[in-house]
Amino acid sequence: MTNFSYTVLIPLIPLFVFLFVGLLGHKMKPIVSGLIGTCGLLIAAILSYFTAYQYFFNTEKIDGTYQKILAFNTIWLQFTEKLHVDLGVLIDPISVMMLIVVTTVSLMVHIYSIGYMKGEKGFARFYAFLSLFSFSMLGLVLATNIFQMYIFWELVGVSSFLLIGYYYEKPSAVSASKKAFIVTRFADLGFLIGILILSFNTGTFDFISLTNVNGAAILTGAGASFLGLSVMTWSLIFVFMGGAGKSAMFPLHIWLPDAMEGPTPVSALIHAATMVVAGVYLVARLFPVYAISAPDGLLVVAYVGSFSSLFAAVIACTQYDIKRVLAFSTMSQIGYMMVGLGVSKYGGEAGLGYMASMFHLFTHAMFKALLFLGAGAIIHAVHSNSMKDMGGLRKYLPITHITFLIACLTIAGVPFLSAFFSKDEILTAAFHHNMPIFIVQMFVAGLTAFYMFRLYFRIFWNKDTHYHHTPHEAPITMTFPLIFLAIASIFSGYIPFSQFVSSDGVPFHSELEWTVAIPSILVGLIGIGIAFVLYKKESASSQKIAISLKSFYVAIYNKFYFDEIYIFVTKKIIFNYISRPVAWFDRHIVDGFMNSIAWVTNAVSFRIKGFQSGQVQQYAFVFVSSAILLGIFFIYLYSI
Amino acid sequence: MNTGIPIEYFLVTATLMFFAGVYGFVTRKNLITMLMSVELMLNAVNINFLVFNRYLFPGQLEGHFFSLFVIAVAAAEAAVAIALIINIYRNFQSIDVEKTDEMKF
Repeated sequence: MTNFSYTVLIPLIPLFVFLFVGLLGHKMKPIVSGLIGTCGLLIAAILSYFTAYQYFFNTEKIDGTYQKILAFNTIWLQFTEKLHVDLGVLIDPISVMMLIVVTTVSLMVHIYSIGYMKGEKGFARFYAFLSLFSFSMLGLVLATNIFQMYIFWELVGVSSFLLIGYYYEKPSAVSASKKAFIVTRFADLGFLIGILILSFNTGTFDFISLTNVNGAAILTGAGASFLGLSVMTWSLIFVFMGGAGKSAMFPLHIWLPDAMEGPTPVSALIHAATMVVAGVYLVARLFPVYAISAPDGLLVVAYVGSFSSLFAAVIACTQYDIKRVLAFSTMSQIGYMMVGLGVSKYGGEAGLGYMASMFHLFTHAMFKALLFLGAGAIIHAVHSNSMKDMGGLRKYLPITHITFLIACLTIAGVPFLSAFFSKDEILTAAFHHNMPIFIVQMFVAGLTAFYMFRLYFRIFWNKDTHYHHTPHEAPITMTFPLIFLAIASIFSGYIPFSQFVSSDGVPFHSELEWTVAIPSILVGLIGIGIAFVLYKKESASSQKIAISLKSFYVAIYNKFYFDEIYIFVTKKIIFNYISRPVAWFDRHIVDGFMNSIAWVTNAVSFRIKGFQSGQVQQYAFVFVSSAILLGIFFIYLYSI
Repeated sequence: MNTGIPIEYFLVTATLMFFAGVYGFVTRKNLITMLMSVELMLNAVNINFLVFNRYLFPGQLEGHFFSLFVIAVAAAEAAVAIALIINIYRNFQSIDVEKTDEMKF
C-alpha cells in the first residue's frame, strides 16, 4: 500500500506559516509576509494534488472499493483505556477531494489578496489569519475522528470570527463577527450534544469504525427511542444542527449575510467555498450512519436544505448589496448540496445524490469563489458594494466581465459548464427519490438564473453610471485567480466524479438524464430571459413589479424580518425572562452567601479584637490560669 | 538515702516560690521586678528537679545536670532581658510594663 504519512504536512505547513507570520509579521515588509503565506499554501496545494494522484491512481482498490486509509494517528488526550481523543489524518475519496478544493481556492485567494489587500493596515495579520484558517480547514477535512473534527470545527469558527472582524475599527464588522461567532457557537452546542450521544451509543469517536457498514456502531444504533425517533436519529439530528449552523441553513442562516463585512477574499474563501460547506462535509462524512441507521435524520437534512435554498433564492432576488446577493446565493447552493445528500440512499446507483452533492460542492467552490473574487475586483474598482452605484462596467473591466459572465452562466446551469452537470445530478437524484423536493429545486434553479443575471446585468450593462474616476481593471495578481477559476468553472464538470466519489466507495457510471436536464435548462433560460428583459436596459418595469407586490416585496427585502425576530426573542424574551432572573440569583443568592460569610467573620473578629490588648501581663495571666484550669481538669479526669 | 526530711516539705516550698513568682510576674509593673519573678519561678523548678532526682532516682544525675543547665540558661536570659529592658527604657523613657502596649490590635 502506498505510504501517505507525508500528508500530515499539508495542514502543518499553514500552521507554521501562521506562527511565523503571526509572530514576526510586523517586522517584515507587508509583501514578504504575503509571499511567505502564498508559498506555504503553494507547497500544501502541490502536496494535495500529489496525494490525490497517489490515492486515486496509484493505490490498489480492494474489491473495487476505495479504502479509507489512516495515514497518521496519534493519541492526543487519553482519559481511560477506551476513551481517548486522537489526532490524525484520514485519507478517503471525500477528504482528498476536499483537500483539492481547500488548497486550490485558498491558494487563489492568497494570490488575489496580494493585490486586493495592498496598502491595508495589518496586511501581515491578514495573511497570518488566512494561514490559520487554512490549517484549521485542512485539519477538519482530514479528521480521523469526530472529536478531532469538532476541535478543528471550532478553530475554523475562530478564524472566521477573526477575519470577519478584520476591519475591527468598523462597528458593523465587529458586530457581524460577534454575530457569526455566537450563532455558529450556539449551533455547535447541538453538535457537541450530538457527538456525546452518538459516541455514548456506539462507543467510538473513530470515523472508520463509525461508518463501517457491517460494524457494531451502525448495528447498535436503532436501540432505544425517544419521542418516536431512535436515539441514533436524535444524535444525528443534533450533529446536523452543528452542520446547519456552519453551513448557514435555515433557521441558523442569519450570520452569513452579515459576515460579508469581512474583506472580499475572505468571503470567497471562508463564506463561499470552504468553511460553509463544512456542514455538508460533516453529513457526507457520517453518511453511512445517516443512511442506514437514521433515514429520518436524512429526511430532515433534505427538507432543511430544500427550504433554505428556496428561502435564500427568494431573498437574493431583492438585495442590492452585491456581496449579500452572493451570500444568499451561497446559502441556496449549499441547500442544494444538502438536498443531494438528503435524497440519497446508501450504495451503488441509489447513492447518486451523495456523489452529486460532493460534485456540486466541488464545482460550487470554483464558481462561487470566482464570483466573490470578481465582486472583489468590481468593489476594488468602484469603491461601493451597492449595485445601485454600478452599471455599464463591461467597458472598464473586460477580464472581470468575461470571468464573471462565465461564473453566472455556470451557476445558472447553462449546458456544458460545470454546475450544469453537478446540479442536474442533484435534480436527478431528487427526481427519483423525492418528487416535492424536485419541484422546489427546479423552481430554485430558475430563481438562481434570474437573480444571478439580475446581478450581472445591473453591474455590467444597464445604465451608464457616471463615476468619479474611471474604474480600472485590477492588477495581474487579481486577474490571474479569476482566469484560473473561470477555467476551473468551465471544465471541472468534465471530471468523471462518480468514478472517484461514491457513497460506498465503489465507482459507478452516471449519465446525464435528459428528461431532467432539458426542463432544468429551460427553467434556467427563462430565468436569464426575465433578467434580460428587466435589467439589460435601465427600465422602470422592475420597480413596477416591486411596487405591485407591496408588503410582500418589503418583507423579502428585509429578509423576512428574521434578524428582527431573533433580536426580539433574545433581547425581549430571553434577556428579560431568563437572563435577568438568573443574573439576580447569581448576584443575590450565590454572591450573597459568600458575602455573608465574609460579613460574619468581620463582625466576630471586630468583637473579639479587644483580647489583643498589648498588655504582656494580661496574656501571662490568661496563659497561667488556663494552664492551671487544664491541669485541674486532667487531674480530675485521671482520678476518676 | 533518707535524710529524714519528708519530700512534701521541699515540694510545698517550691510550689510557694513558684506561685510567688507567678503572682509577682502578673502584678508588678516594673520590668526588673518581673524579671526577678521569672528567676524565682525558675529556681522553684530547679528545686523540684533536685528533689525528685534525690528522692526518686538516687543513683542517677539527670536532675542535677538539668538544674545546672537551667541556671546557665537563666543567666543568659537575664542578660538578654536586661538588654531588652534598657532598649525599652530608651524608647519609652520608662520601664513600666503597662506603657509598652504598642503591639495591640
